[in-house]
Amino acid sequence: MSATAEGPVLDIRGLRVTFTGGARPVRAVDDVSLAIARGEVVALLGESGSGKSVTLRSVLRLHPPRKTRIEGTIRVDGTDVMTLEGAALAAFRGKGASMIFQEPMLALDPVYSVGDQIVEAILRHERMSRAQARQRALEWFEHVRIPSPERRLEAYPHEMSGGMRQRAMIALALACNPKLLLADEPTTALDATVQVQILLLLRELQRELGLSMLFVTHDIGVAVEVADRIAVMYAGRIVEIGSVRDVIRTPRHPYTAGLLATRAHGGRLSGNRLPAIAGSPPDLANLPPGCAFAPRCGHAGESCMHEAPPVVAIGAGHEARCVLLKTAA
Amino acid sequence: MLAYAIKRTLFTLPIMLGVSLVCFALVHLAPGDPLVSVLPPDASQAIKEQMMALYGFDRPYHEQFARWLARVAQGDLGTSIRTGRPVSLEVGKAVGNTLMIATLATLIGFVLGTLFGFVAGYFRDSWLDKAASAAAVFGVSVPHYWLGMILVIIFAVQLGWLPPTGAGPGGSEAWVWDWVHVQHLILPAVTMSVIPMGIIARTVRALVAEILSQEFVAGLRAKGLSEFGVFRHVVKNAAPTALAVMGIQLGYLLGGSILIETVFSWPGSGLLLNDAIFQRDLPLLQGTILVLALFFVVLNLAVDVMQTTLDPRIQRA
Repeated sequence: MSATAEGPVLDIRGLRVTFTGGARPVRAVDDVSLAIARGEVVALLGESGSGKSVTLRSVLRLHPPRKTRIEGTIRVDGTDVMTLEGAALAAFRGKGASMIFQEPMLALDPVYSVGDQIVEAILRHERMSRAQARQRALEWFEHVRIPSPERRLEAYPHEMSGGMRQRAMIALALACNPKLLLADEPTTALDATVQVQILLLLRELQRELGLSMLFVTHDIGVAVEVADRIAVMYAGRIVEIGSVRDVIRTPRHPYTAGLLATRAHGGRLSGNRLPAIAGSPPDLANLPPGCAFAPRCGHAGESCMHEAPPVVAIGAGHEARCVLLKTAA
Repeated sequence: MLAYAIKRTLFTLPIMLGVSLVCFALVHLAPGDPLVSVLPPDASQAIKEQMMALYGFDRPYHEQFARWLARVAQGDLGTSIRTGRPVSLEVGKAVGNTLMIATLATLIGFVLGTLFGFVAGYFRDSWLDKAASAAAVFGVSVPHYWLGMILVIIFAVQLGWLPPTGAGPGGSEAWVWDWVHVQHLILPAVTMSVIPMGIIARTVRALVAEILSQEFVAGLRAKGLSEFGVFRHVVKNAAPTALAVMGIQLGYLLGGSILIETVFSWPGSGLLLNDAIFQRDLPLLQGTILVLALFFVVLNLAVDVMQTTLDPRIQRA
């Protein structure tokens, strides 16, 4: 219990991920820095292709090494993830940080029972007998409130409902008491009613166990529900970060403001068109020289087109990457 | 599981009946006189009719089929016209001989095929993949009698390591599991093994590449499994399909490769079929085809049952 116990559980600095497998290199994540304190939940919010899942997967180094170039530093509870290789990397995965996948049907091995897959993870990281590991898996199944857990341990993924599978996935991710939980859109593939249940379960577990969590989502409502802070990503960069309250009430980046405006409210009068952000996200293999959002931005000036916007601090822990804020300040 | 096996076994009964009907029909639809090889050309009409009656060839087809089926059900496949010995005896011996080289060939093919397939699938687009894929294409496309002859020239004639043909001293009648006899298996089995090797290698390569691209492999890595741990999961996912292909390949090889058995003078079912066809030995032909077809049915049954134990997604109702 030294200095690391005081520092952030996750500390990403200057992360840059480039996929080199295709004809042209694709910069999926560019200069992302993010820290998560112990017991804190940060939501990475963005649309498809904004780099939020790529950032998340980088923490476990899940990208194929031959086709990916990763720069920057990632520390999880003081461990430098970027320097881990082979056995040390495998020992870190699932124990230092573990992950809940978007689609548990695809993320679980179809030919092993769910119980066996959890037992396998426990035995990988803990010194205990198979029977003890099974007992622990059973306890986690009870913890995530899977009905008749003993019978469910024997079930194969295809024999469970979507919600049950995601509960099992959560049990699997938490089975080795990881220091950091990574959640990759864990409710996106589920029915709306099940989404709420899984979200409530995750929030409850997070409070009870004091989990530190990085939560990727494209749904502002979900982010508001689970997170302490929100980081909004666009075209591989974090364009705005701050407390949920600050980002939702006083969004400072035009993209964040646009996102919030597109939300459908129950009270919206019928017949009114839902506002949308015009245009589409840029091609990551061919980014504009200036601000990536400038072509779609209503406030964009001449300088936005060829000058990369600076990060501007707005208030305590509230920052945005926009040139307009600098001139205002 | 047991219930499924029983149910699946019962399903094979109508298949077997159909197989025997097709087999009977094919043999009798073929033109030619079945007694031409045993009767002298100048045999009198009376003798011909007497022989026809003896073998039952004078009766209507449906009656012949019913009588044949009834006897087959009791294990009696009739008598070979040429040798006068029971067909079951001849077929049993030949199938046994073919089973030896076919099993050995399938094992060699399966081991090498899965090895090449896994290497190619794991290191896709590398030079290892290209080498393994080239070996697979060679296995499927090389003419096997040619390969057999080349192997005979190299290993029997030039190097003198292995016997070129036959089944050892005393032929297959005096077979013993010792080196003197077993060495006769090697060249035909190796020649035969390139077929399943190529097919299994290509199947496994596609399987492994497909499995490795699935999200659950990332899931396995994310929970901390080593590459070997991931490999175990890949094997179990690939096993049902790989074993099914292996079983079907064994079935094909059991028919005996006429060409390979001729090159090596191996007294197997291919050679027997060949003889039965050219000598118009109808009972022998019919019996051999039936036994081989039934073997195929049983093998498929075994593969099916094995697959359900390996892959939980297959319905076990």
